[in-house]
Amino acid sequence: MKKINRRSFLKGGLAGGVAAAAAVGAAKNADAAGDFGGYPDSMGVLVDLTKCIGCRTCEAACNKEQSLPMPDKPFNDMSVHEEHRHGGLPRRTTEKAYTVVNKYEVEGREHPLFRKVQCNHCQEPACLTSCFVNAYTKTPEGAVIYDPKVCVGCRTCMIACPFYIPAYSFSSVINPVVKKCIMCYDTRLKFGRPPACVESCPQQVMTFGKRKDLVELAHRTIESRPEKYADHVYGENEVGGTSWMYLTSVDAPFEEIGFDVHIGKQPIINYVKEFLAIVPMVLTIWPALFTGFHLLATRKDAQKNEESAS
Amino acid sequence: MGNKKRKLLGLALVAAMVSPWSLPGPAGAEVFDLDSMKNLYEKVSFDHDMHIEITGQNCTECHHHTAGTPPTDALCVTCHANSPEAADPSCKSCHVKDVFDAENMKKTWDTPLLHHRNKPSLKAAYHQNCLGCHEQNGAPTGCTDCHAMTDAGEKFYNAGKYAPETKAESHGGGHH
Repeated sequence: MKKINRRSFLKGGLAGGVAAAAAVGAAKNADAAGDFGGYPDSMGVLVDLTKCIGCRTCEAACNKEQSLPMPDKPFNDMSVHEEHRHGGLPRRTTEKAYTVVNKYEVEGREHPLFRKVQCNHCQEPACLTSCFVNAYTKTPEGAVIYDPKVCVGCRTCMIACPFYIPAYSFSSVINPVVKKCIMCYDTRLKFGRPPACVESCPQQVMTFGKRKDLVELAHRTIESRPEKYADHVYGENEVGGTSWMYLTSVDAPFEEIGFDVHIGKQPIINYVKEFLAIVPMVLTIWPALFTGFHLLATRKDAQKNEESAS
Repeated sequence: MGNKKRKLLGLALVAAMVSPWSLPGPAGAEVFDLDSMKNLYEKVSFDHDMHIEITGQNCTECHHHTAGTPPTDALCVTCHANSPEAADPSCKSCHVKDVFDAENMKKTWDTPLLHHRNKPSLKAAYHQNCLGCHEQNGAPTGCTDCHAMTDAGEKFYNAGKYAPETKAESHGGGHH
């Protein structure tokens, strides 16, 4: 019988491990070929940024629907459009405001363009995949919701989100949790009704419907007025597709109104899933396998020790 | 309110004095009350006569293809170049109040009329139609320029007597 020394034993272990990893990797690639791509009848919202007048009615509607605390300024106070965070960045979503409307002055454009920010409800959400306590759920209706009772406040989702959406309740000393737009899931979406912001908008900037219908409508809108709309439906393919999608004016391209256009079309999970697939194998199979090898390799010594002892 | 009523009466009188057949639009109702947002805002008294006048009796400016005048928008022309006046050309006869009502949603998405698929609600039809012109012609564009907020409206916007107390330095939006 061939004697197992440490070198051959390690070699075998590594070869086995690599083979197993390759097999898992291949299986995952096969999965990736037929990406999840979202629930077939999920709902979505198409935002026509050319129509927004920045009136902040959606912010007020969100505040009331979600029973959020009193704002710092009235919702009809337009001076917030001039507010900027550290580094000149426009306002972002907070624990007190799940949606904010920001103003963008675009060069060569007579009017400013307003952009409403809220959770985009990704088809394959990075927040969900990054959450180690599984607080997040993507519902068949399209909303990305979360269970604050499960949330441990680790804030990993805040780092994972490509749109910088989840906010943190820093104000809560006892139970700080992550807070974000849930597309009015509890009160509206699950009953087939649009989110409060959508319904409140005086300009009907937002169209609510099945996501697949909205994709079609978006392209038809661009086709029918190519002189008005930029030929890009933001969110159709970005990070694997989002439930909220955007149309912008041809003279205000997405990159000039705060949208990340280098975000890629892959769901964020795709960047890490091959690595993540190996983790359980390394943590579970390797210890058992190597312990077995070790016991086999040292069996003779153990027997010898026993014999000499007796 | 009395003042408003008198003004209304005056306008009605003026409308009655102008021979009714010289002006298009429904006779005897030349000032309309637009109240589809009456929960948050007082109704808007819309002076139809005045708008007929300033558009040079070109109904198409607002009524797309339902007033019997030829449409100017190239998209409308594709089907409605010769459409007759609609039985009811009023805004609300086509633009429903609740576009997100389940039945209307189904109708909207099932319609073969492609350019009618994203037809705005009554509220949005007013705003989308009015604001552009108002801006171009220096007419009022602020929310409360056209409709005063009701008490419920002030509550909704945290405005007026429901406004937050002003702080010495605002920290709105978290980090500044």
